[in-house]
Amino acid sequence: MDKHSLNPILGGIALLAFSVGMHAQTSPPKKTGTPKTLQEAPAPRRNLSGIWDAENTMEGINPRGVASHAPFTAWGADLANNAYKPGDGPRRVSVGLVNDPLDSCDPAGFPRNLLFELRPFQVVQTSDQVLMMYQYQRVWRVIWTDGRELPKDPDPSWYGHSVGKWEDDFTFVVRTVGMDERTWLDNAGNPHSSEMRVEERYHLVTRDSMELSVKIDDPKTYTETWVARDKFRLKLMPANTDITEMICAPSEAEEYKKTMAIPLSK
Amino acid sequence: MKNKAPGIFAVFISLLVASAPLQAHHGSAGYDLNKELTMKGTVTQWLWANPHCFLKYDTTDENGSVVHWAAEVSNPIDMTRRGWSRSTLNAGDQVTITVRPAKNGAPVGQLMKVLLPSGKELVGWNPLVR
Repeated sequence: MDKHSLNPILGGIALLAFSVGMHAQTSPPKKTGTPKTLQEAPAPRRNLSGIWDAENTMEGINPRGVASHAPFTAWGADLANNAYKPGDGPRRVSVGLVNDPLDSCDPAGFPRNLLFELRPFQVVQTSDQVLMMYQYQRVWRVIWTDGRELPKDPDPSWYGHSVGKWEDDFTFVVRTVGMDERTWLDNAGNPHSSEMRVEERYHLVTRDSMELSVKIDDPKTYTETWVARDKFRLKLMPANTDITEMICAPSEAEEYKKTMAIPLSK
Repeated sequence: MKNKAPGIFAVFISLLVASAPLQAHHGSAGYDLNKELTMKGTVTQWLWANPHCFLKYDTTDENGSVVHWAAEVSNPIDMTRRGWSRSTLNAGDQVTITVRPAKNGAPVGQLMKVLLPSGKELVGWNPLVR
């Protein structure tokens, strides 16, 4: 390869490096204090509207599950080590033995929909709600912003009960309770209880990017609170982005099980 | 050579991008990730479905007997990004398929690539995902 043939490659690498450099220059520094003005963070005030997607697709899908978590309680360890048989992560088993609820198309539930298959989702704001509509399983959540309190003794549900408020002009904080215990937290078969409380923080960095952090507080399952996503970067997609459906149909899942999973387990 | 370099670079970058997604919640533990089998087969069904698309096809073993194989890839959204579609494969198509086979010898595998009747080759499972 002569030096001329290297030029396009070097040019490409330089372009990539330049792109990275530009990104570094245009992205505000990691949180150096709560932004108060548009000059510090040129993002719209109190407005998450739009279609968002993971900056890094693979990290959004997150097939291996969370990188780490707080230690299990005895209750949590029993579920994780004896009851849940995940297809991924450190306790993974052969596909034919997996008992992941998603195998039969049970709902991913919350917050697993943020910790696995976090793909494009649309945010719509009304005067008293923030709606989040997700590509994966084509579900939506209602986050109440009308000042109501979280229910004291909620009936468990797949996606829980959520309220949200703006902590400042660029940070929207959502608290959620009442999640159905049958759902898993992630692909690695990490459990949770119905007593879990989840806090999401959506921090607008610029008009086109925001960070999502997800904190798990579940003393029945984990000995301390922990962060499942830490400032996970989301990018604003073009307004005409078509969020195609991604639905797990039980009949299709059954065909997959019959054709692939059962032969693999023999 | 000078003219090929941009193309090679583009392919390299494309592979980097294309290898990002794939893999769902079923894992790869049942497959022999260090082995690949390449075989000729006749498509019997191409299922464009969640949680995984998969291909059913028939091959003939050394004794002349027909063996019914099935090989999986990722979901339709990820496969669309890789250039696949609902009509990529049709019953009766003669194809050459490379799979990572099941450890237990069952005729199922992860579909790594397929050579279509048109001569076009498509990448299926991400070889870096184990």
